[in-house]
Amino acid sequence: MSINVNNLTKIYGKQTAVNSITFNIPSGKVVGFLGPNGAGKSTTMKMLTGYIPPTTGSGSICGIDIMENSLEVRKIVGYLPENNPLYLDMYVTEYLTFMAGISEVKQKKEAVEKVIETTQLQRERHKKIGQLSKGYRQRVGLAQSLIHDPKVLILDEPTSGLDPIQVVEIRNVIKSLGSDKTVLLSTHIMQEVEAMCDRVIIINKGNIAMDQSMEELRNDNSNLEQIFRKATNHVDTL
Amino acid sequence: MWTLYKKEIRSFLGSLIAYIVMGVYLIMTGLFLWFVDGNNLFDLGVASLQVMFDISPFILIFLVSAITMRSISEEKRLGTLEIITTKPLTDRSIILSKFLASVTLIALTLIPTLFYVYAVYNLAQPLGNIDLGSAAGSYLGLILLAACYASIGLFSSAITDNQIVALITSMVLSFFFYSILSMLGDINWLDQIGKSLSWFGLEYHFDSISRGVIDTRDVIFFLGFSSIFLGFTQLVFESRKW
Repeated sequence: MSINVNNLTKIYGKQTAVNSITFNIPSGKVVGFLGPNGAGKSTTMKMLTGYIPPTTGSGSICGIDIMENSLEVRKIVGYLPENNPLYLDMYVTEYLTFMAGISEVKQKKEAVEKVIETTQLQRERHKKIGQLSKGYRQRVGLAQSLIHDPKVLILDEPTSGLDPIQVVEIRNVIKSLGSDKTVLLSTHIMQEVEAMCDRVIIINKGNIAMDQSMEELRNDNSNLEQIFRKATNHVDTL
Repeated sequence: MWTLYKKEIRSFLGSLIAYIVMGVYLIMTGLFLWFVDGNNLFDLGVASLQVMFDISPFILIFLVSAITMRSISEEKRLGTLEIITTKPLTDRSIILSKFLASVTLIALTLIPTLFYVYAVYNLAQPLGNIDLGSAAGSYLGLILLAACYASIGLFSSAITDNQIVALITSMVLSFFFYSILSMLGDINWLDQIGKSLSWFGLEYHFDSISRGVIDTRDVIFFLGFSSIFLGFTQLVFESRKW
């Protein structure tokens, strides 16, 4: 199992953001993590990457406990946080080299070249990040998460705010990564899930509302959007 | 950790802040040492750098606060903190590298003033008749003092995502620990209590070290003071986990 989550719970003050969720993701799968805003997607991802600890419950990535061995987990996880934060005053290659350094990559230069190629940043590599368009910034964010060739990728809304062409491009990049990495990604776009994912986990108000493979869903006749509405108890007014 | 340290240094040198800090420090100390009426070297008629070392702690309050105000608050505002804290780095090493980078920048800022030492050395009658021991002590004192200010600055930067709030908090705290505490020692009715409190002030130890006698107690005080504030910084840093 690549990602193992067991009764993971996060309580902020009195509010339960994530309520005892459990799921397992085998390696080499691309899993879509869906849910309305505020459902607990980002919180779950933050717990998995070691940014915040869970209130109760446990999780492990490739068999390494996220609480006890957080630093080891971070070495094998690539993380793209929501809104893709970047140092806008750094140059693309400078930033990626820096990221390679703090990710403890030995062959920094090679690693940077490789991610630049994967994310097709060749033309923009000598620019400052602040000068790039949103789509290219997103690629830099993705490149950063790939720099240490992680076994597991956790991407929080990797395609939000991109134009349709960029969405397709980023989607292809992620899909190609799915062949040898485990990817957990959150999104609001249903077509994206259909295009990229092998499996869908829908989370609502901190609880898992649905966890099914894409094949099972395809056999179902209703489309994903309807399933999503049903799973999140959204009353269909149309 | 050194990667982060190098990146911090580079971002200082890449932005205007480093050059403004160096320029302002040189101009201010230069003005007070050579030009400002009444107190300058020629008016005093003594070949000594005392004027520069008296004014430096106050200039450094501004400058160190200006250097450190961005360091954590900006990462919070941009969200990049989430990236570096999910890399294989401990929170402690993140704080430490930012701290060391700030202290290094101040040390670099002090280097050009060695020219003043050279000039005063050559002005003295007979040649070279200045208290070099005291000057060396003062330079060490300034670096240690800057380390304390930097730890206060980082703490202030950690508690907010607003640079201006960080700047003001840092200046007020630095001024309090440098000046206000030692002023308490001069209040008569506080008597012994005031004297004891002034011992906790940075000025007491800076004055002691700038006489040229490097007392380990003073050095330990400065290092301990920085460690305490760095500890507070780490506490604030980890508060996201509560």
